[in-house]
Amino acid sequence: MDRRAFLTAAAWPCLAAERDARYTVEARYYEKLAHKKIKCTLCPRECVIDDRERGYCGVRENRGGVYYTLVHSRVVSANVDPIEKKPLYHYAPGSLAFSIATAGCNVNCKMCQNWEISQVRPEQVPSQYLPPAEAARMARRTGSKVMAYTYTEPVIFFEYMLDTAAACRKEGVKNCVVTGGFIRPEPLRELCSRVEAIKVDLKSFSEKFYREVVRGELKPVLEGLVTIRKSPVWLEIVYLVVPTLNDSEGEFQALARWIKKELGPDVPVHFSRFHPQYLLKNLPPTPVKTLERARAAAMAEGLRYVYVGNVPGHPGESTYCPGCGKAVVERTGYRVRAVRLKKGNCEFCRHPVAGVWEV
Amino acid sequence: MGRRMTRRELLAAAAAAGAPVRSRVVVARGGSAAALLDRAMQAYFGVNSPVEAWRQVAGPAEVVGLKVNCLAGKGLSTSVPLVEAVCERLQQAGVPRRNIVIWDRSNYDLESGGYRISESRDRIRCFGNDAAGYEDELTVSGSAGSRLSKILTRMCDAVINLPVLKDHGITGVTMALKNMFGAIHNPNKYHPNAGDPFVAEVYKMPPIPRKVRLTICDAITAQYEGGPSYMPQWAWPCQSLLVSRDPVALDAVGWEMIERKRAEKGMKPLKALRREPTYIATAARLGLGVNDLKRIEKIEA
Repeated sequence: MDRRAFLTAAAWPCLAAERDARYTVEARYYEKLAHKKIKCTLCPRECVIDDRERGYCGVRENRGGVYYTLVHSRVVSANVDPIEKKPLYHYAPGSLAFSIATAGCNVNCKMCQNWEISQVRPEQVPSQYLPPAEAARMARRTGSKVMAYTYTEPVIFFEYMLDTAAACRKEGVKNCVVTGGFIRPEPLRELCSRVEAIKVDLKSFSEKFYREVVRGELKPVLEGLVTIRKSPVWLEIVYLVVPTLNDSEGEFQALARWIKKELGPDVPVHFSRFHPQYLLKNLPPTPVKTLERARAAAMAEGLRYVYVGNVPGHPGESTYCPGCGKAVVERTGYRVRAVRLKKGNCEFCRHPVAGVWEV
Repeated sequence: MGRRMTRRELLAAAAAAGAPVRSRVVVARGGSAAALLDRAMQAYFGVNSPVEAWRQVAGPAEVVGLKVNCLAGKGLSTSVPLVEAVCERLQQAGVPRRNIVIWDRSNYDLESGGYRISESRDRIRCFGNDAAGYEDELTVSGSAGSRLSKILTRMCDAVINLPVLKDHGITGVTMALKNMFGAIHNPNKYHPNAGDPFVAEVYKMPPIPRKVRLTICDAITAQYEGGPSYMPQWAWPCQSLLVSRDPVALDAVGWEMIERKRAEKGMKPLKALRREPTYIATAARLGLGVNDLKRIEKIEA
């Protein structure tokens, strides 16, 4: 071993410990139990975790009876995206969203498109140190009106998200969250007081699907949707339509009925196209006709803003006025081609169109 | 005329009447780690010399991985004297020391278990998955999908599985089958439902069943409650080793030992606590071994 290699090897444990320390912050939601065990109270899974073990998410660790997040400021992905990519169609259309994620997730969807960063532990994937104030400054410098917490599952980097949201508000940057909504009520209420928009991936309307494909539960997600809707936060829903698993007419109808009754007809719903990924490579992409059928079923139940997602160029990407039926926001893929709204009203018939159009 | 036997009853009766034994587990008791190891190996392989036994496990040209379990730190990790004895016997059986790799999840775990990290190729190597990395591609087995440690997939031709006999607060017990959670990148995903079917499915991931030649379960100090962390109040000096080529049979026997100890201490059985290790039966159904104690020959040594 030469001198340089020896010194590098000798310094490695110190450097690793130093790096680890700056990402490690005590978790906000947990209970201390006997024998140095803890119970995580961030998500409905409520993992009971032994000393030196981690929760289901893989990014929170019990160290001697104190529970830590290991991903504060530990970013694995940072990009400037159109907000339509989240997708948020009724929130600041055409604006940019500075989008960040850390490793980890509190579910394990068989169709996850980002499993290489969501289904790993933080030390298993390259990351960069991006503290909240710096993230907020980068958002402003890149002309992003919005900071998006996305790609993996922001619930698992809750502390970092909240600190960054506070820094963003100081910089005049809004905050949106792209989440599976698998979170307990108390942290969700706190989250709703710190951000302006949330998009929830409602993965199915069946507990069986949640149990077998998502490895989570539907009920807490539905309860969370109601909580978000009652808050001032703007809410949109994405439903990824997976062939043979959650694509029945009955499920589309039941879902739309529930949304209309519990959340109201103005919550936008996106039926998105599935592509074979991760543990569901055996299924074909969703036929466009299935997405159109879902959209038609939801609109027939009375939902006003229903979209077809992941099919660039489809007419179902645009927003239509519920009054006159004309296109008021025209989109192709993530690009907004035209906005025909004045102060949130249709330019043609002045009918109000729900959304937060200017930020 | 009496009623006809159902198929299940017929099979049970056949088993009780002496259906052929399918698996063997040796339980060696008393003595130093090295003495326990030699007695257990000779008894398991039916030979008069420990070196002769080890020759049946690995050849001189093979790289042999020793998968220890150091999660619980010094009090309840695979004991260093036991692993030293295994290394000694492997070398006597012709495996060069550069072909022996002691490994676990991370360097940190290994160090906290009392092992010294070494990546030097001229001596016995010892490092964690975090140093060697994981495969990029997923290996899928049933409902489980994981990246496997490169130590398992690329470095080792054969693996000696060296778990610790202990209770587990979620999966009931942790021994041979569950020790392979230390070979995947995402063990945190596979604890729900007391690890069933995930523990069995992970063990079935190729090349795990092919490469694991033998399990030597360290029960020198064992733990019947409060695991997987070390809880001295529930640890007991069991002074034993369990040896088998069948990980399912070994787990079945080890589970029985833990239940017996729990009963002796006035504790509820794991089933009553909703952490019965049903994954052991699932592993048997997946063809990984035998879990029926009536079909396991238990040899005391």
